[in-house]
Amino acid sequence: MSRFLIPAAIFLALAGVLYVAVVHSPNKSTMQSALLGKPVPEFNLPVLGRPGMTVSKAQLSGRPWVLNVWGTWCVACREEHAALLEIARQNALPLVGLSWKDEDDLALDWLKQLGNPYSVVAVDHDGRTAIEFGVYGAPETFFIDADGRVQYRHVGPMTPEVWEREFLARVPRGGLP
Amino acid sequence: MRINFRALVLALAGASLLVVALPCGAFDIESMPTPEMQARYDGLTHELRCMQCQNQSIADSPVGLAEDLRRDVREQIIAGKSDAEIRDSMVARYGNVILFRPPFNPSTAWVWVLPFLLLLVGVIVAVRIVRQRTALVASDDSVIESEDVPR
Amino acid sequence: MIPELGQFALILALVLAGAQAFFGLFGAARGDLRWQAVVRPAVAGQFVLVSTAIGVLVHAFVTFDFSVLYVASNSNSALPTFYRVAALWGAHEGSLLLWAWILAAWTLAVAIASRNLPASFASRVLGVLGFVSFGFLLFTIATSNPFERIFPVPADGRDLNPVLQDPALAIHPPMLYMGYVGMSVAFAFACAAMLEGKLDQTWARWTRPWTTTAWAFLGIGIALGSWWAYYELGWGGYWFWDPVENASFMPWLVATALIHSLAATEKRGVFKSWTLLLAILAFSLSLLGTFLVRSGVLTSVHSFAADPTRGLFILGFLIVIVGGALALYAWRAPLLRSPAGFEGTAREAFLLYNNIFLVVAAAMVLVGTLAPLIADALGAAPLSVGSPYFDKLFPMLMLPLGALIAIGIHAAWKRGQLGSSRGRILSGFGVALLSGLVLVYGVYGASKPLTPIGMVLGVWIILSSLFDPIDRLRRKLSLPRAIIGMTLAHVGLGVGLLAISMVESYTVERDAAIAPGETLVLGRYGYRFNSIKEIEGPNYDGVRAEVTVLRDGAPVATLHPEQRNYWVQRSTLTEAGIARRWNLDMFVALSKNVGGGRWSVRAQLRPFLGWVWLSAGLMALGAVFAVSDRRYRVRASAKESAGEPTIAQGSAAEAS
Repeated sequence: MSRFLIPAAIFLALAGVLYVAVVHSPNKSTMQSALLGKPVPEFNLPVLGRPGMTVSKAQLSGRPWVLNVWGTWCVACREEHAALLEIARQNALPLVGLSWKDEDDLALDWLKQLGNPYSVVAVDHDGRTAIEFGVYGAPETFFIDADGRVQYRHVGPMTPEVWEREFLARVPRGGLP
Repeated sequence: MRINFRALVLALAGASLLVVALPCGAFDIESMPTPEMQARYDGLTHELRCMQCQNQSIADSPVGLAEDLRRDVREQIIAGKSDAEIRDSMVARYGNVILFRPPFNPSTAWVWVLPFLLLLVGVIVAVRIVRQRTALVASDDSVIESEDVPR
Repeated sequence: MIPELGQFALILALVLAGAQAFFGLFGAARGDLRWQAVVRPAVAGQFVLVSTAIGVLVHAFVTFDFSVLYVASNSNSALPTFYRVAALWGAHEGSLLLWAWILAAWTLAVAIASRNLPASFASRVLGVLGFVSFGFLLFTIATSNPFERIFPVPADGRDLNPVLQDPALAIHPPMLYMGYVGMSVAFAFACAAMLEGKLDQTWARWTRPWTTTAWAFLGIGIALGSWWAYYELGWGGYWFWDPVENASFMPWLVATALIHSLAATEKRGVFKSWTLLLAILAFSLSLLGTFLVRSGVLTSVHSFAADPTRGLFILGFLIVIVGGALALYAWRAPLLRSPAGFEGTAREAFLLYNNIFLVVAAAMVLVGTLAPLIADALGAAPLSVGSPYFDKLFPMLMLPLGALIAIGIHAAWKRGQLGSSRGRILSGFGVALLSGLVLVYGVYGASKPLTPIGMVLGVWIILSSLFDPIDRLRRKLSLPRAIIGMTLAHVGLGVGLLAISMVESYTVERDAAIAPGETLVLGRYGYRFNSIKEIEGPNYDGVRAEVTVLRDGAPVATLHPEQRNYWVQRSTLTEAGIARRWNLDMFVALSKNVGGGRWSVRAQLRPFLGWVWLSAGLMALGAVFAVSDRRYRVRASAKESAGEPTIAQGSAAEAS
């Protein structure tokens, strides 16, 4: 009987793993940010369209905010743009854009043509800041809490469902200061 | 005196070729100041996964992210960080997934240990089978067909 | 209208597959010869129908019928004809259809070749194959219909993935599928034997040629993929332990164990359990491979649109098939005992050790490949596994195996009698040791610690394999094809081990930016970048460089690396420039135009890489010899005279 039980047990274990994998595959744990629960990296970046102005981590602390990494070269970013505009209209959280490895005039054109959902856009030409965030593709959207810690990262185009489920849900009750 | 500019340019070009063709050869695109650092750079960039690609290291991948991460490795080596510190910084930002070689710590050791456990099981099984079969040799009177047939 | 004909043909084929399975399995269970007589016509009909479906799809490709979504997604008006046909298996839906067609073809072959097997056994084999066909056809029709239409009809197609527009990669999937599908035959033979309740040496003898053939195809398919990766992917590697590669390598390792286990079962009636389980495992791994590459669980981290439906379907199918087979195995376990005995140094014992190492190696590859999934499922820390893991563990398993093979070849059945082969073993080892040391310390130079071990073992295996055939010739004994085949395959293995040890230890590589006129130096060799010019092809444009390879200053080869931009899919591919000598590959690939006329390139010197492909070829050639051995062709008359009813006799009896 043991001749049968051992292969059967191994097989069932494997089937279990694969089943979980298939069901989980849209949101693999490999996509979980390594920064979860850790403080946001320091940054001090120029602002798109405002020469001389910069935006830094310190300026944004004290309240929850959202970072959206995007680029004009990124097809999926275009897909999520409408959702971002809607989110910006609701004005629940400040939406900070990170223009990643892009050119300023292209980025400005894009925002002019398609609308600008961001309260401010930080510019990261060479990607140094993005890699501090553990970004590996666009679009990615981070939720950062009032203490300046990363609490969630969504990989891929933003959708209203994800916004509600993962971002709005993390806003502390009692509203924002 | 008329200077033959074409000849001059060609001569200069030829001379520069000569210079370049000497044993010093061409230079690397991303070379490190010392051979030891170069070896560390090559080693580390081959160990780190390009997070945007299917299964390539940042050494082999042409995408922008890989370039950025290579630059980061380079800068950290020059700044004097050790290999372990560089790996840790990568894991801190990207998770264990960025390492091609899974680390050997309590939460990940299973992936290294499991194959050896299986081998141990295999050896035990083999020993048992051989013991059983050796005991049967005496009672086994089967004739083994010889494969020695004359041509 | 015509594409719908293909769809209709598939649906009819599905019905016939169902009939084949039903009448084959239940006909045998009931001993009803009329039911069983339905099976072979069903097989033939299924083959015709699936061929029709494939023909319709090929026709759609060749005539640029972009109203078919699959054609529009994988072809283009500028695509050359050859690739229009190869585009058939360029993506998921079409490649499933190819799987189904190859399965129908193998089933037809089995149906024809099994006419002289006992009726109920043959019906069961075909019945199981029918069940597998049914699953695949259902999967295709339900979730992956290649004949879906698209409205409005696009003006032009999205082109075949440029990566596939290459002769080697065009032929690689069919070869690989011949191997995967062939494992289903071994599986069917195993299930049929368990259903019959007759697991004897004759059964092993019937199963062997099919399994060996499938194993050979799988090996060739893997080698082709590896060869393609080497010259196409631009970084000169030939094996990356990529999940897709591993998905084909695991069944190959298990199939290798299976063909050896079958040898012991045929010769001595031992290892019946092993043989059954290995047959089930080999086929399961084939199905698992299909699952892994189509379900989206193991693709790049940035793929969001994974379709769980397809994954769940294959997983469900896998569970039914494997679960069913294991249930049969549990039921028949009592039959699997045999009285044969053998000693610890006997050939059977060596085959057992062999198989343990091969199965553990396959398990190790499985653990590594699935590690991210396992970690995720168990809620453990996420991790990923890449080459460093496999490159460390695989040699640790393969090198002891190599030593066991070199010794075990000399072992006799039952009693081993290694003592009488002591001379051969020691002299073989001695010569191998000497050649290994000379190569490492005399010719090429010291490298990693494992280098001399791998080389010595490689040479030792080659020498060990040659003793017996040479001895036979000397003693004027016959040299049956089975022995020639075995010798060739083992020599191939030794060559492979030697080649891989050399290539992994002595490859020299440099990445640099050079401009025309400059020379990149690698030891005694220099790569002189002569020129670069623009080129245009049928559906691409790009650049082509001319590089002369110098050795000690004298030219020895000219290479033409290219970089192509395919217009439609807008992707850029590299074609490496490679010059092959018997003992060296000189490789150069263009990477990027870094401006100012300079290009970054990768240059490599890879000694003995060509011998890796030679090794695969030798193993496959060995299989060809082994399968064509006389004893597989003689059994027909023996079976009939033994009085067991065959289909032919059965229907004759019915008619009278």
